[in-house]
Amino acid sequence: MKQDKTGAEIVLQSLVDQGVEVIFGYPGGAVLPIYDTLFKQNSIKHVLVRQEGGAIHAAEGYARSTGKIGVVLVTSGPGATNVVTGLTDAMMDSIPIVCITGQVPQHLIGSDAFQECDTTGITRPCTKHNYLVKDPNKLSPVIHEAFTIAENGRPGPVLIDIPKDVQFANGHYTKKEQIIIPSHRLFEPKIFKNDEKINQVVDLISKAKKPIFYIGGGCINSGPKASELVSQFVEMTGAPATMTLMGLGVLGSSHTNSLGMLGMHGMYEANMAMNECDVMINIGARFDDRVTGRLDAFSPNSKKIHIDIDESNINKTIKVDVPVVGDVKSVLTKIIKTWRDKKLKTKQSDIKLWWDKINNWKKIDCLHFTNNQKEIKPQYAVQRLYELTKNKKTFITTEVGQHQMWAAQFYKFEKPNRWLTSGGLGTMGYGFPAAIGAQVANPDALVIDIAGDASILMNIQEMSTAVQYRLPVKIFILNNEYMGMVRQWQELLHGGRYSESYTDSLPDFVKLAESYKAVGLRAKKPEDLDKVINEMINTDKTVIADIWVSKEENCFPMIQSGSAHNEMVLSKDQKQDEVSAEKGKILV
Amino acid sequence: MNKSVYDTPDQTSVSRRHILTVLVDNEPGVLARVIGMFSGRGYNIESLNVAEVSNDEHLSRITIVTEGTSEVVTQIEKQLLRIVPVHSVSNLDEEGSAVEAEVALVNIDLNDTNKKKIYEVCDFYRARKIENENNSVIFEIAGASERINRFIKEVNQITKIEIVRSGPVAISTNKNNEEE
Repeated sequence: MKQDKTGAEIVLQSLVDQGVEVIFGYPGGAVLPIYDTLFKQNSIKHVLVRQEGGAIHAAEGYARSTGKIGVVLVTSGPGATNVVTGLTDAMMDSIPIVCITGQVPQHLIGSDAFQECDTTGITRPCTKHNYLVKDPNKLSPVIHEAFTIAENGRPGPVLIDIPKDVQFANGHYTKKEQIIIPSHRLFEPKIFKNDEKINQVVDLISKAKKPIFYIGGGCINSGPKASELVSQFVEMTGAPATMTLMGLGVLGSSHTNSLGMLGMHGMYEANMAMNECDVMINIGARFDDRVTGRLDAFSPNSKKIHIDIDESNINKTIKVDVPVVGDVKSVLTKIIKTWRDKKLKTKQSDIKLWWDKINNWKKIDCLHFTNNQKEIKPQYAVQRLYELTKNKKTFITTEVGQHQMWAAQFYKFEKPNRWLTSGGLGTMGYGFPAAIGAQVANPDALVIDIAGDASILMNIQEMSTAVQYRLPVKIFILNNEYMGMVRQWQELLHGGRYSESYTDSLPDFVKLAESYKAVGLRAKKPEDLDKVINEMINTDKTVIADIWVSKEENCFPMIQSGSAHNEMVLSKDQKQDEVSAEKGKILV
Repeated sequence: MNKSVYDTPDQTSVSRRHILTVLVDNEPGVLARVIGMFSGRGYNIESLNVAEVSNDEHLSRITIVTEGTSEVVTQIEKQLLRIVPVHSVSNLDEEGSAVEAEVALVNIDLNDTNKKKIYEVCDFYRARKIENENNSVIFEIAGASERINRFIKEVNQITKIEIVRSGPVAISTNKNNEEE
C-alpha cells in the first residue's frame, strides 16, 4: 500500500474526487496543514468567512440552492463550537453538509490543550454522524463515507474531526469507487413492502371527497424532478395542495391548486381545508408543531397518508393510516403509474363541492392589511419586492421572525430551491450567510436576504465576506426597531410588556454598508420604496436596503399556540380572550 | 407519552417494561450515540448492558431495559435505527419469547449469629460463594431479575449487605430470529 500522501493531501484529494467546488471556512492552528495544501492547489475555491457560524450557514445556502453538498472547514475548539448552531440547523432542515474540523494532536487530546474541545462529543446529537479520524489511511474511506451519508436517505450534516498530527502523517489514498459502505449504515428503501401501501394510497385518494395535499421540504430534497411529479399528481387528482414553510416552491404559487402555506402564520383557507379534509396526503413533511397546532384537534376527520423517507417521522406526533417510507421521487413515480394503470379518477362533483367551500374561505382575504401613505407597511414592502424582482432569477433567504413570515406569505415562489429559510431551528442570523452561499453557487442570480433589524446583526460581520468576494448580495431589512415577533407575542400573550424586545442603539445601516465599501440605501416613506428596490436590484454590489416600516405591525393570520387550525386569529379581529392568553403563554 | 407541548392526550396505552437489544458496530462513541439519544429525547433507561459479541466482525450487543407505552417504544426503536452504526433493534418484549438473566454480586456482613440463616437462604437461591484473598463473604447469584430481587430482600432482612447488579441481558428463544 503506497503511503505517499500526507493526511492533509488526502483530505483535499478526497474533496476533489467528491466533486467539491467550494469550501466555506476559517483557518486556525489545528487545520493549518490542510490550509497549506489548499494554498498549493487550484481546483477548489475557498471562501473565507468572518466567523465560523457564517461558514456553515453559507454552506447551507449553497446546498439548498443547488442540491449539492455544502462543505465547511474550521479549526478546533472555538472553530468547532461556533458551527454547532449551523449543524443543528442543517439537522433540523435536512440539509446535506460535510464539516471538517481540526483537532489538537492526538497526544494532547484529553489534556485540556489550547483550543481543544470534545468536538465529536459536542456535535454527536446535532449531526447525522461524526468521526474522529486517528489514522491517515482511514481518512479517505471516512470522507467518502461521510459524503454518502450526508446526502443518503434524509440528508443532514456529517462532521469529521482530524487531529493535526494525522494531517501531517503519511497515508494511503483510497478512491471513492473502492469504498464499500455496509448497507446497515445507509438508508434502504423498502420498495417491496410499499407496493401494497401504494395501492392503499391510490384507493384512498380516488375515493376522497375532500382530499388535500400537504407538501413539505422533503419534496425539495428529493430533487427538482420530485417537485414536477408532485405538481403532476396534484393536477391528476384536482385536489387542493398546501405547502409548509420548507416546502414553498414545490408547487408554483400561481398554480391553480395551490392554497399557499399552512400552519401558524399560514393561509386561512389552507388551515381550514386541513381541518375539514377527509383524506390528507402528506408528502415529505413531518407534522411539525408549527403546522399542526393543537394535536388533538388536528384534522380530526381525515384518513392520513404519510410519505416520508425517515421512518421515525411516521406516527411521531400524529398517527397516520397509510405510511409509505421512501424517497418522494420514487414513491410518486409509483403512485402516478399505479393511478394511470388502474385508470383512477377522483369524483369531479365531490371535488367541485370541496373547491366551492375552499373558495368561500378564500373570500376572507386572510392576508389583508391596511396600507397607508405615511409609513411603509412591511407586507407592502415584500409585495413590492416581489413585483419588481419576479421576472429575474431570484433567490430569497430570510432570517427568523416577522419578516420571515411576511416573506413566506407575500413573496410568491414558482420553483423549488429558490427559497432558503431556517424552518426547524429558527436561527436568527441564518439568512445573510445563506445568501452568500447561494450567491457563490449562483453568481448570475439575484440573491436577496429579507431580514429584520435584530436578526441581521447576528451575522453582520459577513459584510466583509460579501464585499471581499464581490458578491452582490442584497440585504433587505424590514426595520421596525423591534424584535418584531417577540414584541408581537408580548403584545398578544404578555399584556404588552415589551421586555427587552426594543432594539435600541441600532447602527445607521446606510453608513454601516458604506464602511464595508458596500452600498447603503434607505426608504422612509412608501413613495421611496420602488426607487430604492430598483436601485438595489440594479447595483452590482453588496447592498443594504434599510426599509423603515410600521413599528407595531403584527403578523396575521395566526394560530396561537395551543389552538387548532380552525381557530385562527385574523388581522381584523385582534381580540383574544384572557384564558387563551394564559394557556398560550407556556407554549413556544 | 406524547412529546408535544401542544397537548397531552389521554394515555390510552399502558406504560410497560421493554427489553431492547441493539446490535451495533463496535466503534468509538457508539454507546454514547445510543444513550445520548435516550437522554436527548427524554426516554428512560432502567438498565444498560454492553459487550462485544463478535470479535472478528467488531459487533457489540447493547441490552437496554426501558419503560414506556408501545408508541414510545416503537419511536425509540426507529430513533435507534437512525444511528449509523446500528445494525438492528429487537424489542424482545414484543417477540414474547425471550430468556433474560442478570448477575448480582453481594458482599455480606457475616457473623456467628446470622451465618446459618444466611447460608440457608443462599442455598435456596443457589447463590455461589466466591473465595477471595481478603476473606470477605461475597456471593454471586444469576438468574431472572425478579428472583434476585427476592434473594436480596431476604438477605437484607438478616444483615447489612452491599450489592452490585449487572442489569438484565436477554436473548430471543426464536430460532429463526434473523439478524445480520
